[in-house]
Amino acid sequence: MLRYIYGNDLSQFPVLQDTMHKDRATQFSERLKWAVTVDENGWERDEYDAMNPLYVIWENADGTHGGSMRFLPTSERTMVNDHFSDLLKGERIESPFIWECTRFVLGQQATPRVAAAMMLAGGELMRAFSLTHLLGVFDPRMVRIYSMIGASPEVLGSSGEGRDKISVGLWAYRPEDRVRVLRRAEVSSDVSELWFDLSFGRSIQQMQKVA
Amino acid sequence: MRLRDEFAVDHVVYHWLSADGEQYGFGTYDPVWVQRYVERDYMRIDPVVIGCFQRFHPADWKSLDWSSRAAQAFQKDAIAHGVGNQGFSFPIRGPNGQLALLTASHTTDDEAWESFTKSNQREWILIAHYLNRKAMELESRRRPEPVRQLSPREIEALTYLGMGHGRAQVAEFLNISEHTLRAYIESARFKLGASNTTHAVARAVAEGLIVLGGAAKAARGGWPGRDSG
Repeated sequence: MLRYIYGNDLSQFPVLQDTMHKDRATQFSERLKWAVTVDENGWERDEYDAMNPLYVIWENADGTHGGSMRFLPTSERTMVNDHFSDLLKGERIESPFIWECTRFVLGQQATPRVAAAMMLAGGELMRAFSLTHLLGVFDPRMVRIYSMIGASPEVLGSSGEGRDKISVGLWAYRPEDRVRVLRRAEVSSDVSELWFDLSFGRSIQQMQKVA
Repeated sequence: MRLRDEFAVDHVVYHWLSADGEQYGFGTYDPVWVQRYVERDYMRIDPVVIGCFQRFHPADWKSLDWSSRAAQAFQKDAIAHGVGNQGFSFPIRGPNGQLALLTASHTTDDEAWESFTKSNQREWILIAHYLNRKAMELESRRRPEPVRQLSPREIEALTYLGMGHGRAQVAEFLNISEHTLRAYIESARFKLGASNTTHAVARAVAEGLIVLGGAAKAARGGWPGRDSG
């Protein structure tokens, strides 16, 4: 299932937190060999994790991390504006309606369905909070995955070559994408909304209304 | 307050809190309630403050945790002092754990409230940021915040729009999609504190950030009479 969790609440999901940071270490440190910090627990963490970002996490049936990404509004300090302004040729994108999406990672056993579920979650955030765009940082492997699930961003800039390549791109909110992404994620609209409401606290009231 | 009438809600309130318990605000609540809120130190049990602290998504009051006895008593007291049974709060995080909240509150049923929040959310987010910027200016001894620098693409986009070109054309000039053009326009609007694109163009011209007619300020052309030699 999809969970939307703020950083401050992550410790309430210890298995999810542990496996997410370990999967991030595998992807960004071991596989992509980015200069990221891996701590003594084997967790990849950076300063933006300390800024209480919002995570979207796919939880596997056994409670472990299946895939995740991290959001911060570009009206605040963001990783894209701090570290990737060279890729944007000096552009600084700042708006409460544009959130950055970083540390997109899939677990070892992730199926294409999980990647689609991640895109679905991004779309649900845009829909719920009137966002116009997501601004993402991604590696070449993700470019292939995005195009496979039919949700390619518009690339604003890239640096590096081959597997070292890193890009910044924009996804615009298009309501018509939702049906297709739902199908690829094999999730019904109702279930997606239920997951969203569970995380953001609305379902309790709705259940009370029914009762 | 004009905002209240504009949106036809009972109350509109701006509330600023620091991590160490300082607070101030302005709005349409009954001053008796505001005083009571401060005296009873309600900020420590207010589910809106607790639920929005360190977060950045708008929150319907219904989505917050009102389950504790203290929260329920607080809600009862608030409603008795004219606060609506419904509310929607827009948090903005500041440095060092500061929290600014713009709240709209009204007395109505869930259905009407949901349709209100859904159709006005975008405007409220803009207003929240605008008021917060103004409040910060007052806080920093009335020194207006310098207008944020626009980036090259933002300058170009606003210049072309100001010249009267349509979005499709401007996107073509800049060799980007219309969807991406919109991101630059959004960003420029936010930096200029503008409510719409026309307002953004007007402000950019007024601030001297763009020069209509094509020459961006950054181009530093040899203007007649400006030569230093």
